Amino acid sequence: MPAQRIVIDPVTRIEGHAKVSVQLAEDGTVADAHFHVTQFRGFEKFCENRPFYEMPSLMARICGICPVSHLIASSKACDAILAVTVPPNGVRLRRVLNLAQILQSHALSVFHLSSPDLLLGMDSPPEQRNIFGVAQSAPEVAKDGIRLRQIGQTIIEILGGKRIHPAWVVPGGVSAPLTAEKRDRIAALLPDALAALARTSDRFRGVFQQFPEEIASFANFPSLFLGLSGDAGGLEHYDGPIRITDSAGQVVASGLKPENYHQFFGEVAEDDSYLKSAYYLPMGYPAGVYRVGPLARLNLAAACGTRRADQELKTLRAFAGTPLLSSFHYHQARVVEMFYAVERIGELLSHADILNPHVRAFAQPNQEEGVGVAEAPRGTLLHHYKIDSNGLIRFANLIIATGHNALAMNYGVKQVASHFVRDGHLSEGALNRVEAVLRAFDPCLSCSTHAIGQMPLRIELLDADGTLVDQQRRLV
Amino acid sequence: MSFLDIDERLLGLAEKINLVYSPLVDRKDFPENVDITLVEGAVSSEDDLDKIKKVRAHTRVLVSLGDCAVTSNVPSMRNPFGVNVILDRAYKETVTISHPPPASVIPKLLARVRPVHEVVKVDVFVPGCPPSADTIFKTLVDLLSGSVPETAKLSRFGA
Repeated sequence: MPAQRIVIDPVTRIEGHAKVSVQLAEDGTVADAHFHVTQFRGFEKFCENRPFYEMPSLMARICGICPVSHLIASSKACDAILAVTVPPNGVRLRRVLNLAQILQSHALSVFHLSSPDLLLGMDSPPEQRNIFGVAQSAPEVAKDGIRLRQIGQTIIEILGGKRIHPAWVVPGGVSAPLTAEKRDRIAALLPDALAALARTSDRFRGVFQQFPEEIASFANFPSLFLGLSGDAGGLEHYDGPIRITDSAGQVVASGLKPENYHQFFGEVAEDDSYLKSAYYLPMGYPAGVYRVGPLARLNLAAACGTRRADQELKTLRAFAGTPLLSSFHYHQARVVEMFYAVERIGELLSHADILNPHVRAFAQPNQEEGVGVAEAPRGTLLHHYKIDSNGLIRFANLIIATGHNALAMNYGVKQVASHFVRDGHLSEGALNRVEAVLRAFDPCLSCSTHAIGQMPLRIELLDADGTLVDQQRRLV
Repeated sequence: MSFLDIDERLLGLAEKINLVYSPLVDRKDFPENVDITLVEGAVSSEDDLDKIKKVRAHTRVLVSLGDCAVTSNVPSMRNPFGVNVILDRAYKETVTISHPPPASVIPKLLARVRPVHEVVKVDVFVPGCPPSADTIFKTLVDLLSGSVPETAKLSRFGA
């Protein structure tokens, strides 16, 4: 048979715009596969000449799912420009907001985007394979998913004034302290969240065991894992140095300061994607492949540090080993982190000082540049700004979570396609698995271009040099 | 995302409509004879332009949803710089291993980012960054009942 290139365009049930191409060799095996991000906006350049204090609100517009992460990383870069220490209660409140976002974003990923694959099956009919199909066959699951996302979004709204693009986090801290009334409203939501999570854990435990082939092939490979690290080996989402471990669980580097990121983050522009690929600089490209996000964070931590999350983590490790190597386990890692987020929000709200009105430090710019990091739902996020003497931005560089995972996602699409190709043919269910491995990473390709697509599955016939000789379209 | 913030109303809405094309469902081609399409985001690439023309041709009521679609807002901040300058920042000036900017497989960026109504006719405008879930829900309820939503009373630029 002639060589073929199969194009999945657009990839659905992910956040943003992308396509995948799979190259089949003449013998019917998978020669190569690539993930292509098809949108680009240019925030790093067009923010130039704007006042630095506009950056948190402007950069939040990068994304509608994780605006809070950009708000926090951007504000932390501005904290460094002001050269202030954020008051401890300002940090606590920022942490509550960040954890609420992790809850809503993980709920979106697990329920709205991936539960159709997990509950209805990878090979289920594509016209039913969505959250509405789940709502028909398992209404209580869809309701719990919607409720968990709603609780995360409601906490963000209570703290920040609106669900998407709140402006409450500012350089130096947060713009208003917490009131007792707001604290009580947030605290009242938490038991409901924990109950929904307990039902989720019970329902999905058996489901996750039904996917041995997916666990074997969903970017299941040795890599490095990278993320922020807390004191005493706990989970960390807001601050602290960067730590890197390997596939045997050994520490490769620790105590890395975000402001020195040029010493350990390498980035390469690819020819066929608007997404840059990041790698661990000392190991070179592409050997320095690493993963970030919930799976990596659990691999970096000895334990979560909250009761229910640690029970879940123990169960997950008993099932999948330590460290977690298959990217399929990102789904379960999200469930663990949702427990953690709810429990930790409860702890933070119970802190004796949580109503302390001192939540913001004021200063003029004292430094010409600043770097800020945070753990976004999908992994480590870094903002770096330089300003001129008037406080106007003259340079910006952003390294986003999905870029850290780019090499691993490319590995995943090739591994899945190779595993499920049969006699030079990829069935609809096999192609859905190629998309499903991307959903496991929960890539965030951003949402400011309009969310529409056009193409049915496209199959291109290539000659031995890779030149296009014919193409066919069929609906999948 | 703001659409999903209608929360449990999503399930009631699903009983009244047939969601044929969306990032939430797996259909890859835009169908014919669509009653209502919500379009978010500005027109930024050649792909966007092709898609919005196809969407317009097959849609009865086209809704321009959110400030990026209505005014091209933040994405159009790149217009004064030009495409090459913004690509160079991302793919030459901030990378460790430099290549020419991406050029194969992916769509080319247009010289200028434009709002949706500059390239196709728009029937309903819903401003906001983002429009609230209540605004989106009310707009849909009105359109489904055949009336024209008074969106200027529901939302505004930057809201």
